[in-house]
Amino acid sequence: MKIGIMVSEGPYNHQASDTAYLFARNAIEKGHSVPRVFFYHDGVNNSTKLTQPPQDDRNVVNRWSKLAEDHGVDLVVCVAAGMRRGITDDILAPGFRISGLGQLVEAGIQCDRLVTFGD
Amino acid sequence: MSDMMDDMEEGGEGVVKKFMFVNRKAPHGTIYALEGLEVVLISAAFDQDVSMVFVDDGVYELIKGVNTKGIEVKDFSKTYRALEGYDIEKLYVEKASMDARGLTEDDLIVDVTVLDSNEMANLMAEQDVVISY
Repeated sequence: MKIGIMVSEGPYNHQASDTAYLFARNAIEKGHSVPRVFFYHDGVNNSTKLTQPPQDDRNVVNRWSKLAEDHGVDLVVCVAAGMRRGITDDILAPGFRISGLGQLVEAGIQCDRLVTFGD
Repeated sequence: MSDMMDDMEEGGEGVVKKFMFVNRKAPHGTIYALEGLEVVLISAAFDQDVSMVFVDDGVYELIKGVNTKGIEVKDFSKTYRALEGYDIEKLYVEKASMDARGLTEDDLIVDVTVLDSNEMANLMAEQDVVISY
């Protein structure tokens, strides 16, 4: 099954991004595909390479980057939501790209399921 | 779209799905309602079967007489009246949510269809894509 994902909360403050990541990784391990994750609202804050969590904590941003590298997951950050929050191309972590809301609608059309994570 | 993954290329054109946007938050206090409205407007460009639902505090997004001067944020309540121009005409409000807040259809800035909770559940079950915020 093709599963699209939307993440609408930022990292660390909220568990949404962690849960979305674990869901995506496990779905892929079970043979599903996750073609795209769309980051919206405060979720855009998951994309910045400037984050530096403590050594003994998980690195939310790097985990997403690795998922993209290992499985070709398309990590899309909403341009409008990103601009509001200072997310620009030059601070994106590997695997992320900035694009429009149409990418979310497109994922909804083309995937078998669209699963949202947030409040 | 050119960046779409290979395995998503098939069957994208001409597909019409039932998209439902579930508005659950008050218009101000958080940004969900405002940014949610932006997705709805974009979805109109994709020729999908779009409906909007207002439940819980989301019903406050549609009330008349909003004035945001005191909190110094943008008043986007007029945008809901412009939805018709985007061919987004299916607006549903849950009756229990309105009742709990002492609201009636007369308090709303747009024409809506009022559903009880069972009807709302059935409508949600019919959808292909539900985006909730």
